[in-house]
Amino acid sequence: MAKRKPKLAVWKFASCDGCQLSLLDCEDELLALADEIEIAQFLEASQAVVRGPYDLSLVEGSITTPQDAERIQRVRRVSKHLVTIGACATAGGIQALRNFQDVKEFTAAVYARPEYIRTLERSTPISAHVPVDFELNGCPIDKGQLLEVIGAFLNHRRPQIRSHSVCVECKRRGTVCVMVAQGIPCLGPVTHAGCGALCPAYRRGCYGCFGPMESPNTESLGGWWKRLGVPAEDLVRVYRTFQTGAEAFRAASEAHDKEKG
Amino acid sequence: MTKKKDKKAAKGKTRTIKVDYLARVEGEGALYIRLKGDEVADVKLKIFEPPRFFEAFLRGRAFREAPDITSRICGICPVAYQMSAAHAIEAALGLRVDGPLRALRRLLYCGEWIESHTLHIYMLHAPDFLGYPDAIRMAKDFPEVVQRGLRLKKIGNEIMTVVGGREVHPINVRVGGFYRAPRVEELRALIEPLRWAREAALETLRWAAGFRFPKFERDYEFVSLRHPEEYPLNEGRIVSNRGLDISAAEFEAHFVEEHVPYSNALHCVLRERGAYFVGPMARYNLNFDRLSPYVQDAARSVGMRPSERNPFKSILVRSVEVLYACDEALRIVETYRAPAEDHQEASPRAAEGHACTEAPRGILYHRYRLDAAGAIEEAKIVPPTSQNQKTIEADLWRFIPPYVRLPQEELRGYCEQAVRNYDPCISCATHFLKLEVERG
Repeated sequence: MAKRKPKLAVWKFASCDGCQLSLLDCEDELLALADEIEIAQFLEASQAVVRGPYDLSLVEGSITTPQDAERIQRVRRVSKHLVTIGACATAGGIQALRNFQDVKEFTAAVYARPEYIRTLERSTPISAHVPVDFELNGCPIDKGQLLEVIGAFLNHRRPQIRSHSVCVECKRRGTVCVMVAQGIPCLGPVTHAGCGALCPAYRRGCYGCFGPMESPNTESLGGWWKRLGVPAEDLVRVYRTFQTGAEAFRAASEAHDKEKG
Repeated sequence: MTKKKDKKAAKGKTRTIKVDYLARVEGEGALYIRLKGDEVADVKLKIFEPPRFFEAFLRGRAFREAPDITSRICGICPVAYQMSAAHAIEAALGLRVDGPLRALRRLLYCGEWIESHTLHIYMLHAPDFLGYPDAIRMAKDFPEVVQRGLRLKKIGNEIMTVVGGREVHPINVRVGGFYRAPRVEELRALIEPLRWAREAALETLRWAAGFRFPKFERDYEFVSLRHPEEYPLNEGRIVSNRGLDISAAEFEAHFVEEHVPYSNALHCVLRERGAYFVGPMARYNLNFDRLSPYVQDAARSVGMRPSERNPFKSILVRSVEVLYACDEALRIVETYRAPAEDHQEASPRAAEGHACTEAPRGILYHRYRLDAAGAIEEAKIVPPTSQNQKTIEADLWRFIPPYVRLPQEELRGYCEQAVRNYDPCISCATHFLKLEVERG
């Protein structure tokens, strides 16, 4: 008898769908992947739902409602391995900007029937609710890294995801440093690799889609940006975007926020 | 069924059709239908996707950030958000992007149409017509067909990657143009793939034309952009088949959003007339004469008329639009000359700007009010899916009665298909609600 195929499940919480779309964007690999694994639960792609437990669950999105806080517990119970995909699931996503807002201001914002809406005060990553086996960051995630993570878990090894900065990717790509050569403010030195150093290749500074690298020196980078004439409020905003809930970026944004005065 | 039972049913036995989590749509939604005898008593498209409050946290951000931030509303159509945001802010700042930069934006949008429509045609909608739960299982019986779809979709993604940097949340769009306009040789590499894609799009149309379509038509009010010369993407007036003809700046005078208790997405309606229909069907019905003769002939060759009102045939209309997008992309790529500047400089001023562009699923409206330093004071965004919600429900009210005696599972399948006709993008539809807090 053939060996049982491992079961893959894809779950969605508050998100834009872009990270699970990355799986469908693996046009060259998708059918081969489906030969190796059973896509047992992936509602964006299929009506067929196979019961759990699942060998690998990919979780997209952050927790923002009381119902979702319960649902993630059920997902964890039926998942042997649970991997977060993307900035929302890993760090709370751009919707974690609400975490900095005065909640009263939000509620006071005029709305036709606010009583119809139920939501939590904060947008939190999956790891704030359940144990997570691996976090794959990115806004959106990189397809190549996604395939590496799926392959690794199905073969019982750790994923080979380098934790160095975007700078290393620029060197590899042969892109001349946009900050040194052109004076363009760039988050590359503190940002986790994964995108392939896209923005500098398009003559643009990195804006941090992949979140903090392993040991980011945000204080030093802040000095460089200021010497390029960037005001503190811009530094606050750049750290408070897609990775606002990631600890190193949150701390950097708060440090620069204090400088504003 | 015996006559006695018929009578009993007609008298009012209640049954419900529930789909707790709609599959093969983007985002989280449910369908609830209540039947009383043979009559439809209630239809609710429930959107439970959590709201994410983009309009609230756009306040105070720099105008330059709007294209990047709003693209995160939707991973399926990020280019649409970037285009509407950039055009609305350019309108506020008095910029007009023309020449090769305008052509590049059109090319980028063609890439998104190809990618998004092909995803829907092959992976989300076709399985309904052929009786499969998904495209992967469909590929067991039709491997070449699914592979053709994946390759076609990939070419849409390649356009977005070359022009935008990547397919999901491109990085190259900015107010005033691009960070770096692609080099001529970068675009030239797309010519061969696009020639293949145009053939594949034609085969897609012929393939879809062989499906069996449930008989169904309603007298819709279609709303789309209309441009003096082009099939609409980034520019045009907002028009309808019932006499609407307005600029984007007049949108809010004619359209209003309603809040219903069972949905996390607002319903947008025309103030005077209620529900309307946006997206490929609307564009096709209002702009058939703007398709190139080659594409018009292709549509006619599979028996399509300039007016098509059966939403189940939206898969054909999407196929026509993919063909158009491949043809148009090829034209742009073949005639492209690199612009002198990558972008126009934008200087801030206190002003308000509006724009409407054609997302794959229909018109996407953005409005921004900026202060003198260029910070966003107020933002408003109306995505296509919130505009179509009411029409989707209205379709179901009318569609179900002739099929009401079908077995439950079969009827449920048709109802789901009737929702998928609109390719609803639920992540888009719930981006904007304001917040009520439940502490926990």
